[in-house]
Amino acid sequence: MQLRSPLARVRRLGSARAGTEEFIAQRLTAMALIPLLLWFVYSIIYLASADHPTVILWIRIPWHTVGLILLFLMLFHHAHSGLREVLQDYVHHEIVKTISMVAMKFVVITISISCVLAILRISLGG
Amino acid sequence: MAQFTLPANSKIQKGKLVNTVEGAKNVKKFMIYRWNPETGDNPRMDTYEVDLDQCGPMVLDALLKIKNEIDPTLTFRRSCREGICGSCAMNIDGKNTLACTKPIAEIKGSVKVYPLPHMEVVKDLIPDLTYFYAQYTCIKPWMETQSALPPDHEMLQSKEDRAKLDGLYECILCACCVTSCPSYWWNGNRYLGPATLLQAYRWIVDSRDETTGERLDNLEDPFRLYRCHTIMNCTNTCPKNLNPGKAISEIKKMLVRRR
Repeated sequence: MQLRSPLARVRRLGSARAGTEEFIAQRLTAMALIPLLLWFVYSIIYLASADHPTVILWIRIPWHTVGLILLFLMLFHHAHSGLREVLQDYVHHEIVKTISMVAMKFVVITISISCVLAILRISLGG
Repeated sequence: MAQFTLPANSKIQKGKLVNTVEGAKNVKKFMIYRWNPETGDNPRMDTYEVDLDQCGPMVLDALLKIKNEIDPTLTFRRSCREGICGSCAMNIDGKNTLACTKPIAEIKGSVKVYPLPHMEVVKDLIPDLTYFYAQYTCIKPWMETQSALPPDHEMLQSKEDRAKLDGLYECILCACCVTSCPSYWWNGNRYLGPATLLQAYRWIVDSRDETTGERLDNLEDPFRLYRCHTIMNCTNTCPKNLNPGKAISEIKKMLVRRR
């Protein structure tokens, strides 16, 4: 039985005064991903028949390195945002939601760092 | 998790054919959601036959004819019968709309009538809108000023500023949009929903109101506002042809602008 008034339930803990930065970041990363992904897909097609050393050399070109790092950072930032929205939309059990949010964040950060490290190792490695 | 199937006691069962019309040329079948809280039975879809030559043109006319002449236990809200009170909002032929402004002729085959989706049902076609009204109250739908009101005349507004309220003030709070919104289905306890947000914007853009910032503060929340994913079911279903989706985008734009 619910004894709190409907208005008290609506007002709950009040407004979080948050969400706008996330909203902006989501759109900015989406916009950044358009040219980055076009460039990436074009490059993959271009490199499709290349051998291993050629690809390594391609990655070592400085602005390719920068492009790839930017691509992965934007991609995973955007993916994190999207997954967070999905969890907020569909998971309603507070404890399950908190655990899955933290786990998701951990996984996304780990993958992002791994990708950046891989590119840096190829780019800077001997 | 979000609930994708109805709970066992809400599963709709096949109802009965209540009446048949003999010797009429223009007969339409109405399949109507029936549920009585006093019996404890599951809801069912009862079928009524209506002679359209003896009935008004709108779905509400048929519902009233059924209630008056065939089955007085059929329960629904109605008042103005001209699309201004919002009482007879229901799901007709798969779309939330007002029974009083929905022509029967627009519907092919039998007419299926359900209460507004994803709300608790009080009886038959009557949804419980208590929480929706509380959400509307939460946005303080009245003018708030700090300056003293002019003692001898109204608060003036330019024609341009008044024009900003067009497309907003016409909202009759029928809840068609709110109950068509998947985000509201999944998070209706925290997301305010399209109608309430459109009404909030109506006060945000009102040039006479002096609490725009506080109103934006009250909405800036991942759940209250940002559960809107621009699905646009609200705009698609609005029986008054308003655009709650656009009003919500305008609120988001204002929040970005004040950063």
